[in-house]
Amino acid sequence: MPSVRVQAESFDPGAEMAALLAGRTDVGGVGCFVGVVRDSAGGQPIRSMTLEHYPGMTERALAAIAAEAEARWALQGCTVVHRYGRLLPGEPIVLVLTASPHRQAALDATAFLIDWLKTRAPFWKQEESADGGAHWVEARDSDDAAAARWEAGTA
Amino acid sequence: MARILYFASFRERMGRTEEALTLPPDVATVGELVAFLRERDGAGAQAFAHPATVRAAVNQEFAAPGSPVQDADEIAFFPPVTGG
Repeated sequence: MPSVRVQAESFDPGAEMAALLAGRTDVGGVGCFVGVVRDSAGGQPIRSMTLEHYPGMTERALAAIAAEAEARWALQGCTVVHRYGRLLPGEPIVLVLTASPHRQAALDATAFLIDWLKTRAPFWKQEESADGGAHWVEARDSDDAAAARWEAGTA
Repeated sequence: MARILYFASFRERMGRTEEALTLPPDVATVGELVAFLRERDGAGAQAFAHPATVRAAVNQEFAAPGSPVQDADEIAFFPPVTGG
């Protein structure tokens, strides 16, 4: 079963990886992606980023995406942690960990998970600019394209 | 009564996070509910002005304009997602 959490507080990737590997010696590799708040957007500095989500649906959507990844790559385990609330530049937003006997499955499943949760998990980002103004981040066509390549089976 | 939820820019434009609504008799799909909300008042007209940017979920699953809706459903409206 994938481990999926949606939380306001930060997370420790090392501690999450230790938990994923605890008590087992059959894992050959762990794929890892950590999304971090960048200090600029479109060339302009930002002061913070606030993530809104849909409680209930978010957990269901992440669990479905993680279960899909586990089945598709026969993973030995995977962890997805996604934060919400107001985050400052440098803070981690999202963690994806995948455990597999061999590296390719772990790396591919990690890319799949981050691509899919960008387009299928109900989160919305709002950036606060240096002057205090706030605006919603618009979805990018490149994210849709990245997610779609897993549908087409070309990745 | 259906429970209608609004998120992100839809929450701001509608001026509320949710409402309870008895679906009108001529509203049987997500698209028909969008049309009803757009016609209902100024906030709805603004929130639902651009159909291409409207996303919806019915009972916490992504839904299409043709997806059926009924009283007792939880129906959410929001812009394209931007997580990750």
